[in-house]
Amino acid sequence: MRIGVFVCWCGSNIAKTVDVEKVVEAAREMPGVVYATDYKYMCSEPGQNIIQDAIKEHKLDRIVVASCSPRLHEPTFQRCVEAAGLNPYMVEMANIREQCSWVHDRTPEATQHAIDLVRMAVAKVAKNEPLTRSRLGITRKALVIGGGVAGIQAALDIADAGYPVVLVERTPSIGGHMAQYDKTFPTLDCAACILTPKMVDCASHPLIEIWSYSEVEEVNGFVGNFEVKVRRRAKSVDESKCTGCGLCLEKCPVKDIPSEFDEGTGTRRAIYRPFPQSVPNKPVIDRDHCRYFQTGKCGVCQKICPVGAIDYEQQDQVVTEKFGAIVVATGFDVWRDERAMAQFGYGKYPDVISSLQFERLMNASGPTDGKIVRPSDGKTPRSIAFISCVGSRDEEHGYPYCSKVCCMYNAKQALLAKDKLHDVQTYVFYMDIRANGKGYEEFVRRTIEEYGANYIRGRVSRVYPDGDQLVVKGADTLLGRPLEVRVDLVVLATAMKPHDDAKELARKLGISTDQYDWFSEAHPKLRPVEVLTDGIYLAGACQYPKDIPDTVAQASGAASKVVGLFSKEAILSEAMTAYVNEDTCVGCGLCVEVCPFGAIELVEVVDREKSTRDNQVMKKVARVNEGVCKGCGTCAAACRSGSARLRGFDTKQILAEIDALADAALAGRQ
Amino acid sequence: MSEDAVLVEEKAELESSESTQQERTWQPIILGILCNWCSYAGADLAGTSRLQYPESIRIIRVPCSGRVDPAFVLKAFRKGFDGVMVLGCHPGDCHYAKGNYYARRRITLLQDLLKALGLPEERFHFEWVSASEGNRFAELVQEFTEKIRRLGPFKGVVTPEKKTL
Repeated sequence: MRIGVFVCWCGSNIAKTVDVEKVVEAAREMPGVVYATDYKYMCSEPGQNIIQDAIKEHKLDRIVVASCSPRLHEPTFQRCVEAAGLNPYMVEMANIREQCSWVHDRTPEATQHAIDLVRMAVAKVAKNEPLTRSRLGITRKALVIGGGVAGIQAALDIADAGYPVVLVERTPSIGGHMAQYDKTFPTLDCAACILTPKMVDCASHPLIEIWSYSEVEEVNGFVGNFEVKVRRRAKSVDESKCTGCGLCLEKCPVKDIPSEFDEGTGTRRAIYRPFPQSVPNKPVIDRDHCRYFQTGKCGVCQKICPVGAIDYEQQDQVVTEKFGAIVVATGFDVWRDERAMAQFGYGKYPDVISSLQFERLMNASGPTDGKIVRPSDGKTPRSIAFISCVGSRDEEHGYPYCSKVCCMYNAKQALLAKDKLHDVQTYVFYMDIRANGKGYEEFVRRTIEEYGANYIRGRVSRVYPDGDQLVVKGADTLLGRPLEVRVDLVVLATAMKPHDDAKELARKLGISTDQYDWFSEAHPKLRPVEVLTDGIYLAGACQYPKDIPDTVAQASGAASKVVGLFSKEAILSEAMTAYVNEDTCVGCGLCVEVCPFGAIELVEVVDREKSTRDNQVMKKVARVNEGVCKGCGTCAAACRSGSARLRGFDTKQILAEIDALADAALAGRQ
Repeated sequence: MSEDAVLVEEKAELESSESTQQERTWQPIILGILCNWCSYAGADLAGTSRLQYPESIRIIRVPCSGRVDPAFVLKAFRKGFDGVMVLGCHPGDCHYAKGNYYARRRITLLQDLLKALGLPEERFHFEWVSASEGNRFAELVQEFTEKIRRLGPFKGVVTPEKKTL
């Protein structure tokens, strides 16, 4: 055994606290060490050359680098020793920067701490064994969960690169929230005009399958080899026959169901498509409201359908399909907590509506054909108050975070209201104006200066009715005085929030969420589209509130990650996986039970101890599927006979670290 | 008060302050076993944030708190470490979905076992530390080190007194 120890100064980061020379001297005395040296920047090219030259010159077979955290530079030094002909897993790092020099003053104890860390690493590396990573195949087909603009963009980008995509959408049509909007800030493009062509592209793309009215039930497997169960809910309409003529939509007798798409400002029937430009443009039957399914009598749609597409007997189908990568693009929900919004009278006064409802009122394909009217009496409002930060930046009632887009859509809605109703007075109550995008600040200024919106800085304490008007009571904190404004309509900029079942989906996918249930990225700055599980990527507002440009950018980012993965010939498995010594395994199955990934199974093998030449005795042993194993080592800790072992973190390696440290640090204690 | 008495008192004061001085400077050796994804990253964050804590802790990195075999802790006490800390991800945050839940179960049993064996359970600490809790990590090391200093060096296994029924 010939161990080499390389101690890094990290400029002055380590050297100013730790006596590097002393560490080198001590390292030379450690068992198995034949060479030790130090250098100012071990990770730099000359530093790596020192290591590589020493490997050749001193015939080193194991390397310890005492520098920064292995979480930072372990891969660097693995590549470095590999280039010099060593197995990359024959290197260990002693973290003498993050966990020593940066947290201590310059004292003999700090140097002693560093020496101990090196000693532990030396003891561990002495027990290291060369490891290899096996090559695994990739299923080059992507699953995109969520058919909003994020999912649509990701699906299109992946499919355009030549890989098949399944786009799963929970509602009957793709389009998501963007399809509900009237115009988009700051360019005032009509949302439908820029979105619906993309929806149609999805539907007509030969490599994209849209599974609408479907939900992901179960996700198994790992990067390149996911196995996903999707429930395709019964639409009660045979899509292969339906021509989308819409006759059934006119004749269905159940007319008064509040439309989800119109946020309750309009109604829909029991057989419906969310909006006229739906993709796929074929209706579904809402069985909870359908008269036929509830009472057994009706069947009007079946009688009227000219092609016989209505199929009441259809059943949900659970489809299992293999995918190589998953893009999560499930988007957001809006805050609807009426009780928490009681001060604004939401849910109590019909003329207090949410911004999304207002969006539907302005939309030419909305329930009012784009006429802004009061929900209570259908009259045109002559004054409108927009209240921002309803549930956002409000720890007490809603969420502490900023929903990011409200300042902009408030400005947009105030501008468009003025555009449509020339003599309307608009008031925007705001805390701060956060207009930090391309052309955003200019847009807000335009709303104020050219469209005469009255911006009032201050929070609203109450909204109450007076006659057929509403009184908005608040304060103008710039003038420092209380304020009351009488308006015809109040629009609340309600917070963006994660879907109620976001956590459930996160569990199915094995990814993590933050305190609010937004999905967590792998690194907030450097890996914003990845999650900690390989092969799963995030796009859009399922991660945090985002506007459309950011969402589309992230969706393309996620798609490029998927395409990058698919363009590899093979993926490499984890090297530090578990294995079972089948000679000593008693087949108790405890490891099978505790494995979080279902990577271990019991198999029958010949019992070599009990078998004779004539009589073969079989026994059950545990076996690890190394492609599935993630290397957590729970099996190794659970195994009673010490048969389940974890490469890279074997019991003998960890005990060697404890022993080496104890023998040195505690020597002479007793 | 006579001069002698004053002298005696001063001397006693001096001695006691010397002994506390000694207590303060005595550096216990604490073994920390930290999961790679949360707690080890939390310890790294304490470093990058330049949070100071005592030179007492020696950290072993494991992939997951679920990897921690209770035998590691027993071994550490047999070897005479003054304290042992096991730190893992918060419930629900485990990189491997549920390794930390297994750790919690095993550690609970281990704590009972330490008691039954007459091992110093007060010298053992199990806690959740996330990758963003560098502050918390530094505080934990500080507090645990102070606790161990109060307890003094670990002198080995103590045989429990025999109880008569």
